[in-house]
Amino acid sequence: MRLTRRDAIAVLAGLGIVGGGAVAIDRFDPPTAESDDGDRDDIPQAVVVSTMVAAGEVVYPSETEGIREFVEAYVLGRTRDEERGAQLRAAAAELDAVARDWHGEPFSDLPRDERDSLLRELGADTADPVADGTLSERIRFHVVNELLYAFYASPTGGRLVGIENPIGYPGGTESYQRATTAETEDG
Amino acid sequence: MMSTSNHAQTDRTPVSDADVCIVGAGPAGAIVAQRLAASGASVVVLEAGPRFDGDRREQLERHVRPGLGTPWEMGGPRDEFTSSGESFYPLNAGRVKGVGGTTLHWQGMVMRLHERDFELDSRHGVGADWPISYTDLKPYYAAAERELGVAGAVDNPYAPPRDEAYPLPAFPPSYSDSLFAEACERLEIDMHSVPSARNSEPFDGRSPCVGYGTCKPVCPSGAKYTAESHVEKAESAGARVVDHARVRRLEHDESGTSVVAAVYTTPDGETHRQTADEYVLACGGVENVRLLLLSASDQYPDGLANSSGVVGQYFMEHLFAGMGGRLDRPTRQNHVGFNTSETHQFYDDSEPVNGLKLEFLNYAGPSPVVDALHAETWGDELRTQLADAYGTHIAMGALVEQLPRADNYVTLDTETTDDLGDPVPEVHWSVDDQTRAALARANEIQASVMDELGVDVEWTVGPDNTGPAFHHMGTTRMGTDPETSVVDGECRSHDLQNLWIAGSSVFPTGGAMNPTLTIAALSLRLAESIQGRMP
Ligand SMILES: Cc1cc2nc3c(=O)[nH]c(=O)nc-3n(C[C@H](O)[C@H](O)[C@H](O)COP(=O)(O)OP(=O)(O)OC[C@H]3O[C@@H](n4cnc5c(N)ncnc54)[C@H](O)[C@@H]3O)c2cc1C
Ligand code: SF4
Repeated sequence: MRLTRRDAIAVLAGLGIVGGGAVAIDRFDPPTAESDDGDRDDIPQAVVVSTMVAAGEVVYPSETEGIREFVEAYVLGRTRDEERGAQLRAAAAELDAVARDWHGEPFSDLPRDERDSLLRELGADTADPVADGTLSERIRFHVVNELLYAFYASPTGGRLVGIENPIGYPGGTESYQRATTAETEDG
Repeated sequence: MMSTSNHAQTDRTPVSDADVCIVGAGPAGAIVAQRLAASGASVVVLEAGPRFDGDRREQLERHVRPGLGTPWEMGGPRDEFTSSGESFYPLNAGRVKGVGGTTLHWQGMVMRLHERDFELDSRHGVGADWPISYTDLKPYYAAAERELGVAGAVDNPYAPPRDEAYPLPAFPPSYSDSLFAEACERLEIDMHSVPSARNSEPFDGRSPCVGYGTCKPVCPSGAKYTAESHVEKAESAGARVVDHARVRRLEHDESGTSVVAAVYTTPDGETHRQTADEYVLACGGVENVRLLLLSASDQYPDGLANSSGVVGQYFMEHLFAGMGGRLDRPTRQNHVGFNTSETHQFYDDSEPVNGLKLEFLNYAGPSPVVDALHAETWGDELRTQLADAYGTHIAMGALVEQLPRADNYVTLDTETTDDLGDPVPEVHWSVDDQTRAALARANEIQASVMDELGVDVEWTVGPDNTGPAFHHMGTTRMGTDPETSVVDGECRSHDLQNLWIAGSSVFPTGGAMNPTLTIAALSLRLAESIQGRMP
């Protein structure tokens, strides 16, 4: 099963965000902040994206292909909302920092099973998602749930578990009348 | 997270020379406002809640994603209430304060009451008769269907008489309806379409339904009708709609025959007086009572429009009965958030006398995306969990009528105050034995369908675990006798000649049909009555 940029844009459109990820990553690298006021504006977008992609490889089913393209586009669209974007970038950066602390490597360089256990050791599997909560709550909200939302609210991800028109996705009024899951979005 | 509601409107001072002051911008108030503004009257609407501007992305996310709070910001100190009856009443789950009122959150099923609902006492010796008949309301029902843009088909053999088609074509039946249809045919149960205040095609400048599946509590496409439509039209016709304006009391003249001002407080802490010739109370079935009781004066120590003493009494709800389980086949649920089939076959039965209607759900069982966000695992394990959980659920719902009883009531809890220091509403409610028996009957029919279909039943909601459908009715009942009712057949209060009440609080009985089409029809009629008094 392959995810595409188009899937990400479809989910973003459902959220009212248009044109997610249409622009190259470096456009979104904010200028390095001179000030150190702790608002994490200095987090390079590349770290955010690679951390989110690496987390996507853990939380998505193993057969998923195209994760990089999909997550990149989704995260770029998502981080356009200033407040949510800043929180997401901070949570991703903290996850990366924990990986460097505990394993001496960026999160994205760890083998997949180590990324999986790191997330579980942080409690991101059982924590309540809270946008401005504790570290585990924030990672659950901004990393795990953000990625799961993007996946299972997309027609491609939904189809994998039996529903090509998931809640949150404006998939039209044909699918509810059909007896079987449509193979592609259009038919 | 930032809120979409804001205080962007800055001038909240009263309008001078207003003809009509309407309190509340839900459908009851907004429809009156639109009609009267269009006829040239100077109209001001005072709305306690905010305007929810912009797209509905924030509400959509709040609904689907855990951890973001309630979509319509209900439940703070402004919305305090007390539930004192045998059954807990979750008031804030059942209303929204904002421009558009509770239709921001509603489901949008809209059907007419049946003829018998207007004459239950005469026909069956229970409840009360309305001072108006179905025939009186019929043209207003038709007009209300046009106003709300109702999608429907004339395929319901049990519906009351009608003279015209619906303004929009019905949504076709769902795949799961076709599964039910086989069983219902064998049981001789007639299924039919569900009139829906939801665009099946573009209408009134709003999008057709695009299948977000989140109708309740939010339709991001605008396909679902909300009273924001009428607010917008009222404003285009010159009405002034003031948000964050909480009306705290109505003042009357020395003779006690007319209301002379609506006193309201705005977020800057200022208190204003809006004067007008006519006043329309449209705050919903609970807050209408509260405002009348808060307006007590020396002359009216028991509250305004309450010489009968029945303001607040006869609070009625519709009760939910349901049953669901799993089938050995895919059932294709949760693609859309509304139902496409019901049966009203048992509605007019006299055993039980309570009205009851049955629904075939299109949203039985879990939604994979919602489950994923609550899961305690991820990866392949989650995928397997979701695929196992989704796919074969099927369910029926029902609404059951509750007859009016004086011991179900809304009053003021003088011990508890809101953030402005005003006593909060107290809802005293319980489910009586007669209603329980009707719930059991609904379950019995549901069980027969489930059995015929071969469903492995996993859950039942019935007499012992029922809950309200959030339809607040009966608390300022309509009648001809000022000793026993609050408003007359035109929805004007018996006591004060320029005070009108819009909404389901005027229903003497509530049937088992969702109330808002009847609310809209009564509002259209009420607007006509006020128009008749204008110079
Ligand atoms: C979950 C849910 C699903 C529903 N589904 C359906 C359905 O499918 N079909 C159906 O027919 N009905 C449905 N309803 C009911 C429907 O929403 C109501 O019948 C309808 O909104 C009532 O209209 P109203 O204008 O009388 O009151 P409301 O819509 O509640 O509006 C009242 C307005 O008055 C304002 N107000 C209150 N007090 C004051 C004050 N003191 N000063 C100023 N403003 C004030 C409030 O802020 C609010 O905006 C549903 C309700 C809920 C909660
Ligand atoms: S399914 Fe419901 S929420 Fe979605 S577009 Fe249709 S009416 Fe709106």
